[in-house]
Amino acid sequence: MSGTYKTLALTAVLAATTALSAFAPTQARAEDEIYVPLFTYRTGPFSGSGIPIANGMHDYLRLLNERDGGIGGVKLRVEECETGYDAKKGVECYEAVKGKGPVVVNPWSTGTTLSLIPKAGVDKVPVLSMAYGLSASADGQTFPWIFNPPNTYWDGASMILSYIGSQEGGLEKLKGKKIGYIYLDAGFGKEPIPLLESLSKEIGFDLKLYPVPADNIQNQSSQWLSVRRDKPDYMVLFGWGALNPTAVKEAVKINYPMDKFVSIWWPGEDDVRSAGPGAKGFKTLNWHGVGANFPALDDIKKHLVDAGKSKTDKNKVGDVLYNRGVYNSLLIAEGIANAQKITGKKVVTGEDVRRGLEAINITPERLKELGLEGFAEPLKLSCTDHNGHKATFLQEWDGEKWVRATDLVEPLHDRVEPLLKAAAKEYAEKNSGWPKRTEACDAPA
Amino acid sequence: MEILYNIFLDPFVQMAGAPDLLVQTLWEGLVSGVLYALIALGFVLIFKASGVFNFAQGIMVVFAALTLVGLFEIGVPALLALVLTVGVMYLLAVGVERVMLRPLVNQPDIILFMATFGLTYFLIGLGELVFGGNPKSMITQELYLPTGSVDIEMLGGFVSLQKLDIAAALIASIMVAGLAVFFQKTRIGRALRAVADSHKAALSVGISLNQIWVIVWFTAGVVALTTGIMWGARSDVSFALQIVGLKALPVLILGGFTSVPGAIVGGLIIGIGEKLGEFYWGPLVGGGIESWLAYFIALVFLLFRPQGLFGDKIIERI
Repeated sequence: MSGTYKTLALTAVLAATTALSAFAPTQARAEDEIYVPLFTYRTGPFSGSGIPIANGMHDYLRLLNERDGGIGGVKLRVEECETGYDAKKGVECYEAVKGKGPVVVNPWSTGTTLSLIPKAGVDKVPVLSMAYGLSASADGQTFPWIFNPPNTYWDGASMILSYIGSQEGGLEKLKGKKIGYIYLDAGFGKEPIPLLESLSKEIGFDLKLYPVPADNIQNQSSQWLSVRRDKPDYMVLFGWGALNPTAVKEAVKINYPMDKFVSIWWPGEDDVRSAGPGAKGFKTLNWHGVGANFPALDDIKKHLVDAGKSKTDKNKVGDVLYNRGVYNSLLIAEGIANAQKITGKKVVTGEDVRRGLEAINITPERLKELGLEGFAEPLKLSCTDHNGHKATFLQEWDGEKWVRATDLVEPLHDRVEPLLKAAAKEYAEKNSGWPKRTEACDAPA
Repeated sequence: MEILYNIFLDPFVQMAGAPDLLVQTLWEGLVSGVLYALIALGFVLIFKASGVFNFAQGIMVVFAALTLVGLFEIGVPALLALVLTVGVMYLLAVGVERVMLRPLVNQPDIILFMATFGLTYFLIGLGELVFGGNPKSMITQELYLPTGSVDIEMLGGFVSLQKLDIAAALIASIMVAGLAVFFQKTRIGRALRAVADSHKAALSVGISLNQIWVIVWFTAGVVALTTGIMWGARSDVSFALQIVGLKALPVLILGGFTSVPGAIVGGLIIGIGEKLGEFYWGPLVGGGIESWLAYFIALVFLLFRPQGLFGDKIIERI
């Protein structure tokens, strides 16, 4: 054998040994860990929204590992997959992680969620699209593998209308009013349009649509010129990433009255702060606490931020989108803990966690136990209700921070839920061969 | 009939009915157009000197603006940060010439074009690594750029001019005029034009190709910084600005890849055209047409002038 062949053979043996030795611990590790992939976007045009959420999600799960040794004594293996808020990359992430036994996936993109809905049941991987995604997927009978608590976009849009109605003296007073809807012209922004159109006909308000193409999110002057022309009585925003700060700045620029500008729950502090004092009075929906005055967040600071194990700046812990990420991970953790209780297993699977998510019952006592007393309203899911359709409140930007501005505002349950049921039915009919639910329904944990 | 009315008459009725809004739309289009022209100018400079279509021009806008804000955030005074950022853009130009262009000299244009793709992803990665992915606010006031607006009552309504937009239009115009004079009247400018005409002939009379490349990439970097400041002040400095950079493509199709006046006129036509189109005709198709309308306008022009408005007519004798 020549020297070259010897070298080649040695290299091959070495490579094989290295590969095997690397594989063995992975296999062993996989047996006593729970794999939780997080689809995140710390890069690209939407990173302004993606980064704080990714940090919140990551930090809460890591806290459970560092402080509690995982969930039920089993460590979580948390892995991020960067999607850049690109639905295509989101699906690639899903394909990359599904073979590793994920117990749940969090697409953090309505577009990705829509692509994963048909796959989830086949691959037995529950999809948690927290307050985003397909509104109709709240129907657990039709979508047993999809969860979107605690509100759907349809709930959100109806709560904004409800709030606007209350400002006018009742929902019926919206008749003849003009309501503008500015939105990201993608799956997310288009999601509530069927509901808004339906309510526009029913109540009698004039709905004006202002789509912002994804490649023009920082160039909205045309849309806001149209707003100036149409003079809507109220403006509703469904924006994401750089769309949000630009929309607020443009609204300030045309002197649109901020007290009539209401957004879905996605704008964060940085989105509004850059618009300056003119943004005072801008409102968004929210359903959880803002600020870091919660024992669990203190623990994050102590165990992770101060220890250099977090990517978050200390002063960003408690920001609205950071806390949103924490809430998302709280749901994951509760789903896993419930799955362990239901099955009696320590290392649970996606099928188990699907059952665990259906058994979610976050009471005020449970929140206190978790160090998040008063952080959010109680939430109870079931086999039929994968959402909760919870009330939210409006928070107002005071120039420095978000301040709670209203009591809880309920979604227009009577109007939204029949439409959601119909939409779920229509989805199943349009997708021929959509499976009937065969998954058994557990009693709540 | 109603469709024909909505397309061919109604928009003009609206224009006549609310002329102040027409003026406002033209103003918004003008400001966008000037900024598009600036980005396009960055492309043209490099294309003229090296025949390279610089796909990285958009990310250079983001990178320059991020560097400026990033330096300010670590405590460097705003004006010093501006000077340092210009320095960084010079270093980038030298780096591009040494690492990317020089080894690829005499390679087909497509290779150089692909190299600018590589440069784009390198700058995205470097920008995110150094400055993070979070959007940043432009240091508008620290750079003594005006804020607020001037409302002018006219034509039965009012036109609102943002002071920042006025400044952007002025600065961009001064910059464009300065560059035009620089390239027409100075020795370096003449050398650049010589390189643009023929690399070999330029080399034969002692013009350093490497030096010219550094100069044009540096100039494109300064143009990118100016665009980044102006556009960043209008919205935020984020990686989404890179997409705005691609708006220069229809401008270049329209104006021609080798013409400085073409970049300017093309930018204005695209800027004003897309605003008018979105505002008056957009509602007919549900809005959101701005992103493709620019290309549509450029293609219509191409039907009549394939070389662009000011591009050189290519005549090949066989």
